[in-house]
Amino acid sequence: MSSLLKIEDLHVSVGETEILKGVNLEIRQGEIHALMGPNGSGKSTLAYALVGHPKYEITSGSISIDGTDVLDLDPAERARLGMFLAFQYPVTIPGVKVADFLRHAISNVRNPDRKEGEELMPMREFRTELRSTMQELNIDAEFARRYLNDGFSGGEKKRMEILQLAMLKPKFAILDETDSGLDSDAVRVVSEGLSKLSGPHMGVLIITHHERLLEYNVPQFTHVMLAGRIVETGDASLAHDLHNNGYAGVRERHPEAAAEEDAAQEETTSV
Amino acid sequence: MATTDTLDSDLGNDGKADVSIGDYQYGFHDPTDKYAFTSQRGLNAKIVAQISEMKNEPGWMTDFRLKSYEIFESKPMPTWGGDMSGIDFQNIFYYVRASDRQEKSWDDVPEDIRKTYDRLGIPEAEKKYLSGVKAQYESEVVYGSLQEDLEKQGVLFTDTDSALRDHPEIFRQYFGTIIPPSDNKFAALNSAVWSGGSFIYVPPGVNIDFPLQAYFRINTQNMGQFERTLIIVDEGANVHYVEGCTAPTYSSDSLHSAVVEIVVKRKGRCRYTTIQNWSNNVYNLVTKRAMAYGDALMEWIDGNLGSKLTMKYPAIYLMEPGARGETLSIAFASEGQHQDAGAKMVHCAPHTSSRIISKSISKDGGRSSYRGLAKVEKGATDCKSNVVCDALILDSESRSDTYPYIEVEEDDVAMEHEASVSKIAEEQLLYLMSRGLTEAEASAMIVTGFIEPLVKELPMEYAVEMNRLIELQMEGSVG
Ligand SMILES: Nc1ncnc2c1ncn2[C@@H]1O[C@H](COP(=O)(O)OP(=O)(O)OP(=O)(O)O)[C@@H](O)[C@H]1O
Ligand SMILES: [Mg+2]
Repeated sequence: MSSLLKIEDLHVSVGETEILKGVNLEIRQGEIHALMGPNGSGKSTLAYALVGHPKYEITSGSISIDGTDVLDLDPAERARLGMFLAFQYPVTIPGVKVADFLRHAISNVRNPDRKEGEELMPMREFRTELRSTMQELNIDAEFARRYLNDGFSGGEKKRMEILQLAMLKPKFAILDETDSGLDSDAVRVVSEGLSKLSGPHMGVLIITHHERLLEYNVPQFTHVMLAGRIVETGDASLAHDLHNNGYAGVRERHPEAAAEEDAAQEETTSV
Repeated sequence: MATTDTLDSDLGNDGKADVSIGDYQYGFHDPTDKYAFTSQRGLNAKIVAQISEMKNEPGWMTDFRLKSYEIFESKPMPTWGGDMSGIDFQNIFYYVRASDRQEKSWDDVPEDIRKTYDRLGIPEAEKKYLSGVKAQYESEVVYGSLQEDLEKQGVLFTDTDSALRDHPEIFRQYFGTIIPPSDNKFAALNSAVWSGGSFIYVPPGVNIDFPLQAYFRINTQNMGQFERTLIIVDEGANVHYVEGCTAPTYSSDSLHSAVVEIVVKRKGRCRYTTIQNWSNNVYNLVTKRAMAYGDALMEWIDGNLGSKLTMKYPAIYLMEPGARGETLSIAFASEGQHQDAGAKMVHCAPHTSSRIISKSISKDGGRSSYRGLAKVEKGATDCKSNVVCDALILDSESRSDTYPYIEVEEDDVAMEHEASVSKIAEEQLLYLMSRGLTEAEASAMIVTGFIEPLVKELPMEYAVEMNRLIELQMEGSVG
């Protein structure tokens, strides 16, 4: 049976400010969902809440995988349950080699019972797999020896996220603007890569402002977020429509949300 | 605090050790025997003279020791650096003969140290040695087999006591000239009671392309170690010397006060790597200094983990044009530890350059300080000096301080100083944890990465052990 990631009436605050105001979303393994919405509407916030960023406080609602509540789990435990986020802004870890980091990550995720200090995945096996995956994604083998995201260009960082996705093979992958900052060749590589990786064993949530990624990975569902709520859900054609016509139509159809959006904006600009 | 009169209570729980120490103390040996020296605590001129006599040293060395003892007595305790009030000079063994040493029981070694050995996979024999269970050549140096071809090339590599006996001329020419006894109180103490250490002479043009290693360890209860190392790298020669080990080295209350003197002549190169991880009760107060002549390169690589207090500032005097000096140091201060470490670069000649890179980590209330001096003397024009010190603080109880001193007496110099203090960023932890690493694993990885630029300069086996040790240090300490 396929796994289910279920988000119910999720409210998330950063500090005093409520950012998500009741989000409902269900993603099944094997499905592709697109999440769109104007800047600042709360898409990344949802992504962070899903992986358990400590700054994003869940004030009410729930997140569960196959009925197991994940809110009490830390990010590492969630990763071991199959959650993965390709970050909009990947973090630099100086002095830590990509290969060392990935070998450790894989050892934990593939063997969720592994305890600290126990054996890592055998080096030879890991290397072989890493090398072939890098080749498939058109990533120079040299990157394995570089320090994680240190001095990487914007596009290189995004590709590194896809490499991690490919190696970790999560059940649920959230891609937060993985297609932005990439040149058109790279978008194609990443898009093709993702379509090869996804399949019946992966549920995907693609957060994007562009269409290319969705051309290769056609979503069954497109959701629109406005001021911290998912206000509309449609199919691939909705994504296409938003891309061509922008969010004016959405705002017209959802005046209350649009008003909240304005209010939030005034609040931030008046500070 | 126990003082000199309470031998028994000091030795604590091991009744067997009490008895045998008592035997020696109260005249087990025939006093007229030339081996009559009894290992006893405390220090006075008579003990200093006895040490010299025991070792059959020439008169000049006896005089040197006695004069050094006077200097030691006359100098006040330093008032800067760390808290040295716990040092009781009269409660320390200054010289212990191999035959006098007590075997400790494995049960005396603290549980956490034994566990660490197991986790690091230290072999049984090595474990006993490191923890002092096996009393074996404590004050002396244990060498790997000296390579025959080294001898053929005229390289001298021996313990310092033997060097005094076997190579008196070259020994006397350099000994005590780089660091005179009057340099500081602890250099004076070492000069009075030194024992063991390494002596290396590399003849002109000889390139030793593997690291020379020696292991120094404190083994006997309350035994201070006062090694004395002297390295002479002749013109165009090259050597890399490695001392210490990353595994924790256990001893009960102890003072470790070594002196290391190095001369690197024209176009010579010397790298001196130290990794020390003393147990939490050791005062590690070390004086290290090198003189680098024309176009020579001197490098100190210094890793300090453990100890109660470490004060160590390897110095390089750049004596002639073209001389270069580099110091890379790592300090890891954990609970109950103060690492006061740094470097000293003195530009005595024009066209000289120096670089100091220091990385420190403080955790669980540990304290690390960088204390460094970059000095340019009058006439030393066109000099370059670059200092980078980065501190990583892992929790709010821990502390890091920077004391950079710069003294420049010329205009035409390029001095750079950068310092940073950071905490592990929440974003970094989240990123690694979102890939399945536990909080401890993620923190360890960030810390390992922080010191990686220095660790990669270490010989392979040291680097691997170092990283493993940091993982162990981070486990169970966070979250
Ligand atoms: N850590 C934070 N601290 C303060 N405010 C935050 C934080 N994270 C998000 N916010 C605020 O929450 C709102 C939603 O931000 P979020 O990053 O989720 O938007 P987004 O939909 O991903 O936008 P974009 O399309 O620009 O990436 C914004 O107003 C943002 O300023
Ligand atoms: Mg975003």
